[in-house]
Amino acid sequence: MTTTDPDTGFRALDATPMGYGSMRRKEDARFVRGKGRYLDDIVLPGMLHAAILRSPHAHARIVSIDTSAAEAHPRVRAVITGETLAGLGLAWMPTLSHDVQSVLATDKVRFQGQEVAFVVAEDRYSARDALALVDVEYDPLPAVIDAQHALDADAPVIRDDQEGRTDNHIFDWEAGDAAATDDVFARADVVSSCDMLYPRSHPAPMETCGSIASMDPVSGKLTVYTTTQAPHAHRTVYALVAGLPEHKIQIISPDIGGGFGNKVGIYPGYVCAVVGSIVTGAPVKWTEDRSENLMSTSFARDYHMRGEIAATHDGKLLGVRVTVLADHGAFNGTAQPSKMPAGLFHVFSGSYDLAAAHCAVTGVYTNKAPGGVAYACSFRITEAVYLIERLVDVLAHDQGWDPAELRRTNLLRSEQFPYTTALGWEYDSGDYPRTLATALDMAGYDELRAEQKQVRSAYERGESPMLMGIGLSFFTEAVGAGPRRTMDILGLGMADGAELRIHPTGKAVLRLSCMTQGQGHQTTFAQIVAEELGISPDDIEVVQGDTDQTPFGLGTYGSRSTPVSGAATAMVARKVRDRARIVAAAMLEVSPDDLEWEKGAFRVAGDPAAAATMNEIAMAAHSDLELPDDVEGHLDATCVYNPPNLTYPCGAYVCVVDVDTATGQVKVRRFVAVDDCGVRINPMVVEGQVHGGLADGIGMALMEVMAFDTDGNHLGASFMDYLLPTAMECPSWELGETVTPSPHHPIGAKGVGESATVGSPPAVTNAVLDAIRVRHADMPLTPAAVWRAVRGTPLRTDLAIG
Amino acid sequence: MQVPAQFEYERATSVAHAVELLTRYGPDSRLVAGGHSLIPMMKLRIAEPETLIDINDVAELTGIRLDGTELVLGAMARHADLLASPLAVEHFPILVDAERVIADPVVRNRGTVGGSLCQADPSEDLSAAFAAVHAVAVIEGADGRRQVPVREFHVGPYQTVVGDAEILVEIRVPVRPGGGSAYEKVERRVGDWSVAAAGAALWLDPTGVVTDAGIGLTAVGAAQFAAARAEEFLRGVPGSDDAFTEAGRIAAEDCRPVADQRGPVDYKRHLAGELTTRALRRAAARARGQEA
Repeated sequence: MTTTDPDTGFRALDATPMGYGSMRRKEDARFVRGKGRYLDDIVLPGMLHAAILRSPHAHARIVSIDTSAAEAHPRVRAVITGETLAGLGLAWMPTLSHDVQSVLATDKVRFQGQEVAFVVAEDRYSARDALALVDVEYDPLPAVIDAQHALDADAPVIRDDQEGRTDNHIFDWEAGDAAATDDVFARADVVSSCDMLYPRSHPAPMETCGSIASMDPVSGKLTVYTTTQAPHAHRTVYALVAGLPEHKIQIISPDIGGGFGNKVGIYPGYVCAVVGSIVTGAPVKWTEDRSENLMSTSFARDYHMRGEIAATHDGKLLGVRVTVLADHGAFNGTAQPSKMPAGLFHVFSGSYDLAAAHCAVTGVYTNKAPGGVAYACSFRITEAVYLIERLVDVLAHDQGWDPAELRRTNLLRSEQFPYTTALGWEYDSGDYPRTLATALDMAGYDELRAEQKQVRSAYERGESPMLMGIGLSFFTEAVGAGPRRTMDILGLGMADGAELRIHPTGKAVLRLSCMTQGQGHQTTFAQIVAEELGISPDDIEVVQGDTDQTPFGLGTYGSRSTPVSGAATAMVARKVRDRARIVAAAMLEVSPDDLEWEKGAFRVAGDPAAAATMNEIAMAAHSDLELPDDVEGHLDATCVYNPPNLTYPCGAYVCVVDVDTATGQVKVRRFVAVDDCGVRINPMVVEGQVHGGLADGIGMALMEVMAFDTDGNHLGASFMDYLLPTAMECPSWELGETVTPSPHHPIGAKGVGESATVGSPPAVTNAVLDAIRVRHADMPLTPAAVWRAVRGTPLRTDLAIG
Repeated sequence: MQVPAQFEYERATSVAHAVELLTRYGPDSRLVAGGHSLIPMMKLRIAEPETLIDINDVAELTGIRLDGTELVLGAMARHADLLASPLAVEHFPILVDAERVIADPVVRNRGTVGGSLCQADPSEDLSAAFAAVHAVAVIEGADGRRQVPVREFHVGPYQTVVGDAEILVEIRVPVRPGGGSAYEKVERRVGDWSVAAAGAALWLDPTGVVTDAGIGLTAVGAAQFAAARAEEFLRGVPGSDDAFTEAGRIAAEDCRPVADQRGPVDYKRHLAGELTTRALRRAAARARGQEA
């Protein structure tokens, strides 16, 4: 039941639904009392503390490392260097993108903040003190900072650890039909092109990364408490990299304070903690501070794009082509399906019916931290959506067309689904025109345009410095990787398991491979079981994060939990229901075919009084009831769900901004977001996810950036420098929905975790540029960037402002 | 890992006690007030004082009061105290304007007026606001008290005239009739340091002529956080929009901003002028009783 408090307008969620519907998050009873248990809350007996010495240089040869003074510190138990690790064959480790990365630097440091030495001490103060006692002599080298010069003939070679390497080129990759696209462009009446940068940003979760490694010298079992979105993948990687037997490794992910992709990869500190525990014979805790998190863990984006869009003179979009220079940092460590070096970027034809599209992506090394796919981007769909939604606006700007009308007339129509794009994706379902119309209605688009006209006349009369902008974006997301045939991480196919056991009293435990980081899994997945079996969500425990307690699977990122683990949950619950039917048939002494399911009970057809509830069935399944010979007792099931396709949620966003042209300040006045993520299991949780993603969009469009100066100094290494949006920058979100179920998903749901992060940045950017009538300027549109854009001298946002 | 280096800790119970502790522990000791700059610097090990002398228990440093014709702010008055002060609202709305845009409520609850001045960060807002209203800093040492105009208080970035064994005890602001004041700031996000900011205090005679003007500038490299030539230009001219625009132009010309990630030099210089003009307009409106 959902009621609205007449005084506050807040919805009171006063009852638990038997299935779908808004309900309070089960985990919040713990969190709002400060009783979450995060990594840094965990204290093991005899635990030691570690700190990492990091490179002050972006690029330098290591001449020598002297650890003797640090080792002499009375409370220091171990100092580990690259040399120590090299002796164990662990100085380098594989990345998730067919490269290797340094665990602790041996030959050179390749970005500012890179790990150089790992100090283990009896307390964290001593560990930090001892860092100052490690003496490293560096021979600084020129750094490659501007990706646009990474391939210059005279650029320093960053990865000279690789035999025979003479440049900073990583890969060339393309998708789509180049010839067909060129043909479309040759025939087009109008073409608009635009250079745009999606600057380097950072997921910046509230909780930083960390790990506690505990090697039991007696049992030989390694327990690792760690902030991971993918516990099982981590276990397998530890087994493969460190040569430890997989059954002797237990990964435990406790409560996670936000991930956004930042907690997918394995960081050097994690590996060092394991080595530290082996060396000292004690548990070793390592937790990052904020600067370490921002400087060294996986960044996001950093795509330099040149896009072109072709259309007929009457506004029919024909094709898009794009070349991308992808800055991957010092090691190619992007976390994405390993056959796709640009992730899912090639969904950039977006929501439109295009005849052809093509992209060519070149990856380069620079002296920056590795990473690249993170920050709720659905494997680079943020970049793809930004590209197409900016290009549509640029075209509208060039031709004097209304951006809403241009989108409306080119959106895919519902009868075209399933629709195979020019780039080969098969979109499952959608009713795009209705989604857009809903958003424009909610926003009052025509009235807004009329108001904008008045505001502009006052500006042009010199009466006011204020302008008003209206920005649109229409996005198509592609989430829920695999199928395993086409999508894998390090050779591990992207399918996920679920195990469901109904206890004799009818309560249940659901074990999943995915891992919540704040998304509300403990509630949402219990609701899926409730919907399928009629067991209250309050009576279902959802277990995640502990590899000894959960089935194998690839974890939570790329909005894949509901599409994959959610499907696994529905399927495993249906298996249990099938078993329950047999048990109920035995109980009621009828044929299973004579039973009809009504949520929570089987009833005998034609005899409504004869029924067995799930509670009765559960007890009977564990009792002395005689079951057919081929039916095992108890009530449980397992399932591995291999998604047949991605799910394709969509959304239409309208952003309204006020811009003070004299100061460059932008105020987001309104934000209308209409999301279609298929069936909503817990609408409140969905709305919460959308709220967060919209705030991300304001952050990226207006303030977030990791810039570097020419020496490679990181200019965003604290929250004073790397700005995250606050409630003060966010308007009261106006949310709407359309519901187009996914036809291939067992419950019709689509992933939504990243929809708003993907869809909102272009809406905000388009709004600001619409206000100031500037064709393009790069994010973030800080006051300085806006002011400069108005004056036709835009800032290069990824470099130090000179 | 951000943890401070080892330090000693002392808790002062009076100004005299604080001075005595400063004398005993010498120049490597530091007073800690709200701690919102010092503690993060210690955690980053940019600052490594050997001794922290905590003055949070020194009651005589707190409070905001009117003393004759002066508004007196204790050095340990919290930002939140100043923001909520009816005396400040009545006499110097510039201080309330500035406080509203300093950091966030959590910082304002703890951070202090005196701590901000003594930190002497070039982007700190109160230095310019106090420069605009011609405030005077009162400093106490073993030899007693001395008064230093705020415009002579700062020696350079992060440096003030307060000696090693001295303590800023209060800030005194002369209250004069016929005045209005305002503070205008541009920040990249709420809680951020200023990209640039300007404070203005104006005194008008009944005919609208400027009898005195004070202009403070934040984060743009203005000498002593002030725009002296622009102030001089305004004295004796009618308080008109044109005059305020010209004053803004002069202020922009005289400042020396440095480019950083908050903006390039041309933008900051432009802001210095634009915000000066806007602050003057609002100060004038308030002097005329047209705006709260």
